[in-house]
Amino acid sequence: MRPHRFALRTVVLLYLGILIGLPVVFLVVKAFGHGFGAFWGEVTQTDALSALKLSLVIAAIAVPINTVVGVGAALLIARHDFVGKRVFDTIFDVPVAISPIIIGVSLVLAYSRIGWLGAPLARWGLNVLFTPLGVALATMAVSLPYVLRSIVPVLTEIGQDQEQAGRTLGAGRLRIFWSLTLPSIRWAVLYGVTLTFARTLGEFGAVLVVSGNITGVTQTLPIYIYDSWDQRFDVLGSYSGALVLALISVAVLSILAVLRRRERKLLVDFA
Amino acid sequence: MGGGGTLIVAYLSIIVLLPIAALVSHGFSISVATRGAGVAFWRWHVSLGFRTFWSAVTASGARNAIFLSLWLSFSVAAINAVMGVAIAWVLVRDRFFGRTFLDSVIDLPFALPTIVAGVVLLAIYGPDSPIHVDLFETWMGLMLALLFVTLPFSVRSVQPVLASLDLESEDAARTLGAGSARTFFSVVLPSLWPSVLAGFGLAFARAIGEFGSISLIAGGIPRTTTASYYVFNLTAGFLWTDAAAVSTALLVLSLVVLVSANVFSRRFQRRLL
Repeated sequence: MRPHRFALRTVVLLYLGILIGLPVVFLVVKAFGHGFGAFWGEVTQTDALSALKLSLVIAAIAVPINTVVGVGAALLIARHDFVGKRVFDTIFDVPVAISPIIIGVSLVLAYSRIGWLGAPLARWGLNVLFTPLGVALATMAVSLPYVLRSIVPVLTEIGQDQEQAGRTLGAGRLRIFWSLTLPSIRWAVLYGVTLTFARTLGEFGAVLVVSGNITGVTQTLPIYIYDSWDQRFDVLGSYSGALVLALISVAVLSILAVLRRRERKLLVDFA
Repeated sequence: MGGGGTLIVAYLSIIVLLPIAALVSHGFSISVATRGAGVAFWRWHVSLGFRTFWSAVTASGARNAIFLSLWLSFSVAAINAVMGVAIAWVLVRDRFFGRTFLDSVIDLPFALPTIVAGVVLLAIYGPDSPIHVDLFETWMGLMLALLFVTLPFSVRSVQPVLASLDLESEDAARTLGAGSARTFFSVVLPSLWPSVLAGFGLAFARAIGEFGSISLIAGGIPRTTTASYYVFNLTAGFLWTDAAAVSTALLVLSLVVLVSANVFSRRFQRRLL
């Protein structure tokens, strides 16, 4: 048994080392390759900062909307029966089950000048192709299910006893939500919000299609990283931006781990 | 469903349903502006739509890209299915220093933005590789990127099932004289199959649609153009009808994979219960 176990452990460690360990270590090495000053200079240059700012603004729009929608939909799914519930439930997974490129193309064909609703929207001065509005829509689509998926198992687990007791005692629906339901799902909500935030900050494919990659206007941080490498041949800028996002991801994972300790039904699930 | 439900359905329609309907109809060049025309016109219109769809999907660039995506995704899902079981085994059954740390490392590809995954891989396996392994513009580079982003699906599908297995039947097998390989293949693996298949399906579907992590290492030459990269190239050239057609084909492909993985894994589960 012993030699088998040792061999298997070695194979697994080698695989993870080659696939994840070494690349991450070398990202840090390359980002700091010309010293911390060069890294800091890259991170704080105008284009990088405006990309970071746009990414945060988009997150500030998409995260609250998807949180409210996620909580509402979770309550509907866990607490109500209605016709078409399974279809309703499945729709939330569609944007993460298909290629982000397809999401981008779909949004353009629905809402841009060449799309279905392009003409009426243009009359109101709205256009999604090459605008921050398109970037926001694409981001909202790809980060849709995370709050819902975090809350539903917890809502099912806690059951409805408390809520029914509250109703019997004469509490209204809002009162029941704020003082009974929300407190018991708060860690799950926070968990879903963290996942949503991570996904909004990192979305690339869908945003690339709708954004047109206009520096300072529609360039989010992931697009900036791509642009630095692919178009401007500023490899250090690319490594530096990637390191910033990687550090945020590590922070996200730590927050998720802390929340999982409080609520054991939570899983890391970007599926 | 009440007022809240209606609002949510409206939101879903705006960000998911309407765009996908627009995509599919655009893929077949079906126009809403032809309302009121006669049956003969519609028959012509739809058959023309099918012909444009078919020619966009079977153009040699599209065929090559879809073929590349298919075989890459299949191999990646298969490799990670095997490695996923091995990794889950080590995480659940083995005890050594740093195991908890290793467990959290598995989630990193989930949390890392895909473009960062692309840059991270180029940092070591790119043109200025510090270990002189240059996989830029090769299928191996694409494969590495896809193995990276799909690893968590393969591990996390199997791990909880492995952890919930009771050790009695394995002990019994061993008492009856089965070696550890025999015990694994005839006692442990049969109960893991459904979860391995589920992981395979998730990994395959993710790999088929993946763009961010391969967008840099692919380099943009025809030999390394995957299906999603091909669609992106079409959009960059404003060929929206072709992009819609190939996207529709990809959309159907991912949904078929997910549904069949779901059905298979459920059938396996039922047989075991």
